[in-house]
Amino acid sequence: MSDDKIPIRRRNFLLGAGTAVAASLTPPAQAAETPAQTPPPAANGPAPEPLLTLTETEHAFFVAAADAMIPADELSPSGGQCGVATFIDRQLAGAYGNGARLYRDGPFPKGKPELGYQLPLNPREFFRAGIAAANEWTRKTYGKDFDRLSEADRDAALKAMEDGKAEMNAMPSRQFFAALLQITMEGFFSDPIYGGNRNMASWKMVGYPGLPATYREDIKKYFGKKYDKPPRSIADFS
Amino acid sequence: MTITLKETDAVVVGVGWTGSIMARELTKAGLNVVGLERGAKRMPRDNFTIPSVRDDLKYAVRQELFQDAQLETVSLRHSPSETALPIRRLGSFLPGTDLGGAGSHWNGMTWRILPSDHKLRSHLTERYGKNAIPEEMTVEDFPVSYDELEPYYDKFEKLCGVSGKAGNLRGKIIDGGNVFEGPRQNDYPNPPLTRSMAGTIMEKASRDLGYHPFPAPSSNASEVYTNFEGLTLGACEYCGHCERFGCEANAKASPNVCILPALLADPKFELRTYAQVKELVYDKAAKKVTAVRYVDTRTGEEYEQPAGLVILGAYVFNNTLLMLTAGIGEPYDYKTGKGAVGKNYCYQVSGNSVTVFFGDKEINPFMASGAHGVLIDDFNGDNFDHAGLGFFGGAWIQAGPTNGRPIATRPVPPGTPAWGREWKKATAQWYNHAFNIGASGCNYAHRENFLDLDPTYRDALGRPLIRMSYNFRDNDRKLADYIGGVLGRLAKAMNPTHMSTPSTQRGDYNVVPYQSTHNTGGTMTGTDPKTSVVNRYLQAWNADNLFVVGASVFPQNASYNPTGIVGALSYYAAEAITTKYLKSPGPLVHA
Repeated sequence: MSDDKIPIRRRNFLLGAGTAVAASLTPPAQAAETPAQTPPPAANGPAPEPLLTLTETEHAFFVAAADAMIPADELSPSGGQCGVATFIDRQLAGAYGNGARLYRDGPFPKGKPELGYQLPLNPREFFRAGIAAANEWTRKTYGKDFDRLSEADRDAALKAMEDGKAEMNAMPSRQFFAALLQITMEGFFSDPIYGGNRNMASWKMVGYPGLPATYREDIKKYFGKKYDKPPRSIADFS
Repeated sequence: MTITLKETDAVVVGVGWTGSIMARELTKAGLNVVGLERGAKRMPRDNFTIPSVRDDLKYAVRQELFQDAQLETVSLRHSPSETALPIRRLGSFLPGTDLGGAGSHWNGMTWRILPSDHKLRSHLTERYGKNAIPEEMTVEDFPVSYDELEPYYDKFEKLCGVSGKAGNLRGKIIDGGNVFEGPRQNDYPNPPLTRSMAGTIMEKASRDLGYHPFPAPSSNASEVYTNFEGLTLGACEYCGHCERFGCEANAKASPNVCILPALLADPKFELRTYAQVKELVYDKAAKKVTAVRYVDTRTGEEYEQPAGLVILGAYVFNNTLLMLTAGIGEPYDYKTGKGAVGKNYCYQVSGNSVTVFFGDKEINPFMASGAHGVLIDDFNGDNFDHAGLGFFGGAWIQAGPTNGRPIATRPVPPGTPAWGREWKKATAQWYNHAFNIGASGCNYAHRENFLDLDPTYRDALGRPLIRMSYNFRDNDRKLADYIGGVLGRLAKAMNPTHMSTPSTQRGDYNVVPYQSTHNTGGTMTGTDPKTSVVNRYLQAWNADNLFVVGASVFPQNASYNPTGIVGALSYYAAEAITTKYLKSPGPLVHA
């Protein structure tokens, strides 16, 4: 089943990656003149990065999933706002996405879960197939692609996938969800040099100091005390 | 076409800990040695520098320093009645590659096994009766006793500048060290590392329960240290990037820091990188390995390197693979119990852990080294009475984080969802207020746990993958249940705000979550050529110029991380070669 009836997605160049709203064909300069339409948190979001491998549909899916898994609150902006989808785009475009360090010789019979990943797909192909199947399932169940669902329906859809209750074509939803959660959290918690974790939002949230991580004296000085120095990224030392 | 090279005195297959030690000792004895390393030349000053060395995604998650599973992996089946499937992405264990091997990215736990571990079968039989060991538990004695190996343990500890505290110095028991260890002639070369908050909590809880806590024996130098090779280790920075990473401070002992600068400067040693050994050339009638064949992985060109002496210093799987493909010794048959190559493959029972949460304590988990915890050995090996328990062996138990790298380390209390608002709140709240108590359990050999050649799947050189037939068995599961109980008692004694339910080992062996890179066996050492592959000097029974060095010679796995034992056995074997074999080449043990 295709999604032809729904208008194609164009990322809103003003809103950034944090929201998935209806398409806007407004060029950035003009859009900037109408800020009143913009929800407050996203208005401060950075401009979206150009996509390397993801389609607009796939990108919108990852943004919506990251926003649901890591919602914006007083602790941090949302996963999408932090650049998780940009992180995923770059990961899937590169060596990892194309099957680096993955043994890919056949045959590929189905294996017990304890034997680990046994599909012939590399991560790029896995998410391409998985997102298509997930959107197909949400269209059947909710009448819309995942990224166009209400917040409550998005949460319910993710929960169904997590519990293995979403009937997705050619892919167990539990397996898809686990991979989605993994790469989303990688994006949120990795060093910002990879495109996610913008402004070290997740590190500030938990109190992880990042670099340079030389604590020979601090391990004594901060014994039992909160370490209060602001985090620094690889980029700060490069 | 294979290009045949000029014969050398000795060739070493794999240049990690064992290959480096063997090559160093053989060149010191005057031999010309060629070291064949499948990976690249990797040295800390070029490869492990700030800021890139602190890249959690690249090293810890995307596996930068490990064997490339795309080229080489192993297959697994839980029992011989199943069809094995390849481990397509490394997870449960992470063998190294490149110069220095896994010695670059280990955590640094450096142990001696217990005197009773050295003579496991005789010890259990003596203490619990001659029928006590179940028939399917094919444990054996190490042919080398603790006392015989003691000077070599000592030497390896001095090579690495191990930090720790003796618990048994020449028979004198010392509180604060491991009081269960075998007698040592010397204390550790360095004092223990600075204790963390988690370690302090562990120490108190253990003492309250009457146990005997001690600091982890750690190859993360607590002080600047110069070893007997004249090479200097820096002092540990507690950076929390130890396991899976190289060390920018040169504080973590590795072949690259502790031995290779001296070896590479010796004109008697020639390192060849990108040289992957494909097979051994075996003259069965003469009982000699005459050469090794390797592929230059940059060009695909194949070479034959003739050598007077061949040292296998690859990881467990390749050591076993090279023996099986060359037909050296009899492959193990689980049905008859005959043959020894591939027999007694063991791992580690390390599924046990409990997480404790303290609302009022700042843990700072990111200030840590890889071997930095406080441990107890009260429930390890045969340190406690097993009468009536229904299992043998035990585990070391440790508390203290090795890192706070948040891609993987962000504990939340039990019942917290894995994502969404509640997850986020709990993650922010508890990140700095929790740590694990973990255990590493013995894994005793079982008749149906073994290695052989996979009939279907092949590596990038076209060789069959090693096929692992392996699962946790009755002994392992009972052991894990018992240790889970101890973990629960320890956690409760810490009086935490929350604690998780101690995990055990009930399910099948799962290749996905990391457990340990402590794979052992396949070319076991013993006293009988029918039931072992190498003799006490690690010399192959069926090829007297071939020595197999590494954890592949273990008859079973004690609970302890294997590197200390592997290092000691390397020095022991090297001395046998230089003082006995070179004077009179031939079998060193007549069976």
